[in-house]
Amino acid sequence: MASVLINVPAKAKRGEIITIKTLISHVMESGFRRSQLGVAIPRDIITSFVCNYNGEEIFQATLYPAIAANPFVAFDTIATESGTIAFTWRGDNGFSATDSANIIVV
Amino acid sequence: MSVARHRAWLIVSTVLLGLGAAAAVSVRAEMPLAQRHSGYADLSPDSKKMQDDDAANPGMLWVLDGQALWNAKTGAANRACAECHNDSRASMKGVAARYPAFDTKLGRPVNLEERINLCRAERQQATPFAYESKELLALSAFVGKQSRGEPIAPLADERLKPFLEAGREQFSRNQGQLNLSCSQCHDDNWGKRLAGNIIPQAHPTGYPLYRLEWQALGSLQRRLRNCLIGMRAEPYDYGAPEYVSLELYLMWRARGLPIETPAVRP
Repeated sequence: MASVLINVPAKAKRGEIITIKTLISHVMESGFRRSQLGVAIPRDIITSFVCNYNGEEIFQATLYPAIAANPFVAFDTIATESGTIAFTWRGDNGFSATDSANIIVV
Repeated sequence: MSVARHRAWLIVSTVLLGLGAAAAVSVRAEMPLAQRHSGYADLSPDSKKMQDDDAANPGMLWVLDGQALWNAKTGAANRACAECHNDSRASMKGVAARYPAFDTKLGRPVNLEERINLCRAERQQATPFAYESKELLALSAFVGKQSRGEPIAPLADERLKPFLEAGREQFSRNQGQLNLSCSQCHDDNWGKRLAGNIIPQAHPTGYPLYRLEWQALGSLQRRLRNCLIGMRAEPYDYGAPEYVSLELYLMWRARGLPIETPAVRP
């Protein structure tokens, strides 16, 4: 299980623009490198990141080999209602990680 | 005593005095305390932001893993670090700021990583972690983070003195094919550029730290190996006593500067 760090404000005003930050541990092996013996190191990256706000998709990103290890994704959204913001990362070799945070909108 | 003889004595003693003075000069003057700053000051605004925000600092991923290890029962003793040390926020506060410390049983200083492994072997009866393994980095990052903001405070231990002096000597010794000393870069030329990078003053304030170049967390020993390879000297193996004495000197040199673990560097 990869470790994940998420920063979602616990409380926000309705209509307020909030910043969501996520960080996940992953080697992001590009697939272009070779070992000291010249053997190609197979690609092992996160390929997609999706964020759902109360079940509705509000952000998604496709990741490529040029993304650094331990990818940090930050984006803004509008706080519409209280509920759960869920995150899903998927990648090579069946990689999958999920996490979520609660937000109270007043 | 004849006049000639007396004169000969005078010459000999003058030469001896001269040698003594030369030896004293070859030990460099230390950097004035007020002039020192952490490598943090040389960071780009983006990297500073990255280090300051715990949700953006990738080193925190290792701290998180370290916390899990701290609370996990392990070894033949089936004991967790937390069981002896209780709340890490109190018991580990300032620990990273005073290591390396003298270990009576081994008769030499040990650094934080070695201390963790000794604890593991003796108290938890578990296999010590390999140097630079993810687990050891995670635990030392977790322990180090509890000292964040604490000033580096090397122990005033007489037994550490010969090791501190060995570290000081290493720091100012020219070595490698490039015949460089640590001091030439980090005492004489800090703030200037080496290729595109600012030469830092080399204060170990944030180890283990996340280096963007490594795309991972790394220990001070990994950094020292980098430096040695850079001056084309043969690096010591991980865990070599030479690193610990150098670490001891670097901590003494950085005394008073606050701990930043886990720091971010380019």
